[in-house]
Amino acid sequence: MISSKDAVLGNVEIAKDTYEMILRPTKMPNILPGQFVNIQLDGFMLRRPISVSSVYHNTYKIIYKVVGEGTKALSKVKRGQILDVLEPLGTPFPIDELEEVLIIGGGVGVPPLYEVARQFCDKNTKVTVVLGFNDKDSMFYEEDFKILGCDVYIATMDGSYGTKGTVLDAIAAHDIHIDTIYSCGPMRMLEALNQTYSKGYLSFEARMACGIGACMGCVCKDSKDKQLYYRICKEGPVFPIGKVDFTC
Amino acid sequence: MLEIKLPGLDLKNPVMPASGCFGFGREYAELYDLSILGGIAIKSATLESRFGNPTPRIAETPSGMLNAIGLQNPGVDKIIETELPFLKQYDTQILANVAGATEEDYIEVIKRLNDCPEVHAYELNISCPNVKHGGIGLGSDPKLAANITRMAKEVATKPVWVKLSPNVTNIVEIAKAVEAAGADGVVLINTLVGMRLDLHTAKPIIANTTGGLSGPAIKPIAIRMVYQVYQAINIPIIGVGGITCAQDVLEFLYAGASAVQVGMYNFIDPYICPKIIEELPAVLKKYGCDSLQDAIGRSHR
Repeated sequence: MISSKDAVLGNVEIAKDTYEMILRPTKMPNILPGQFVNIQLDGFMLRRPISVSSVYHNTYKIIYKVVGEGTKALSKVKRGQILDVLEPLGTPFPIDELEEVLIIGGGVGVPPLYEVARQFCDKNTKVTVVLGFNDKDSMFYEEDFKILGCDVYIATMDGSYGTKGTVLDAIAAHDIHIDTIYSCGPMRMLEALNQTYSKGYLSFEARMACGIGACMGCVCKDSKDKQLYYRICKEGPVFPIGKVDFTC
Repeated sequence: MLEIKLPGLDLKNPVMPASGCFGFGREYAELYDLSILGGIAIKSATLESRFGNPTPRIAETPSGMLNAIGLQNPGVDKIIETELPFLKQYDTQILANVAGATEEDYIEVIKRLNDCPEVHAYELNISCPNVKHGGIGLGSDPKLAANITRMAKEVATKPVWVKLSPNVTNIVEIAKAVEAAGADGVVLINTLVGMRLDLHTAKPIIANTTGGLSGPAIKPIAIRMVYQVYQAINIPIIGVGGITCAQDVLEFLYAGASAVQVGMYNFIDPYICPKIIEELPAVLKKYGCDSLQDAIGRSHR
């Protein structure tokens, strides 16, 4: 992890309440798929943890949804501004040797999966992507995944685009049978996937204070050993499927 | 210029991270050499391991945050086995924060830590607002606070500092009571009990309902309490509450603190302690203090 001053090269709305920001650190660290950055914002005490959506030679992108005052302030940040960022944080998705993989993203859980898809595509793994959104206006990155060469299927809760319903409805509708999944999204979606699949990785979201494993604000329990716990910011946010207990 | 000798703590500088805001130092040791620090108040040790409270445990507030971690820790034996040997490699003073559900728990934890040369002094946590038993219950009543202090002093082979709660009508009364019971020093203040409600659900954001408020929001309260307690007792004070810079440290020293702890700001800027230590000599000088002693209690002279 480094403490960096990142220049904002762009910050644009790409879907309803959803923004994409390009950041350029003074010295680009090695950021792996699934890792996140912790951004300080003027007027707010705690940093905002946001996952990295794609990594380039000396820049990276984040995609975030405006859900509260902090992300609203982030959406107002102008091109050319400098942000104080701790980066990168957390345990990444391992890009395993696989013939094929199913990537499942829900809403603002979609962004970190884009870098996962890129890296799998670079290794010639066959990548199938299923993305779930509330509605067509909230949808983003369908084309971006297609350009990488992925098969892409969309589900919307209101049926305004793709399959009506959840990502699991889309997987059933398109008869997708791939047993290894890489996923990120809302807790209820992850819980459903945790019950349906046994191979792959899930990435979790949590309220955090420090983001580096010191404050114990974002812990979860092991699914078997109740004495064992993990910090979502440190041992996570990515965990092997089945590892985390969903009841706490 | 920054050295100070306090009961059990031979500090090369007066800055240490506060208990619960630094774990056992491992995460920060990846970022800088912990030997820079005057001391470290390590995370509370309880007799048994504790998972702590359900999540969410954190909520942001104006100029601060609420937390209700609930004394999550691996238990004193595991701390002795794995954390103290890790800390031993650093040239810094260790203040072991001790907590429990009953008085007997505190005593047993102290007994087990007595034989650990890595621990230089104890910090009795009678002020945690986030646990049902022990914690703040013992720190809100002068008689109970004095009693646990006396019991701790009877068994402790190292100096005993008592960390006081600000959630009381009269903190001076509590400070005087623990001094009379033999405390070697006091640490003030712990967090203030607070709440935040979710606008959509109308329910508390923190699963524990209430949490402890920390950060710059509580600094004026901490300064006031250090100032009042300094006038009433003769044992040293470690000041804590909302410190974000060397100027804040100076304010605590003026009020009567002999050393300080930095709490939540470690979460915002993980390098804050080394930064403050580096800047402190220039800040002392700027305001006409040739030594730490010049600054300690200056507002009372």
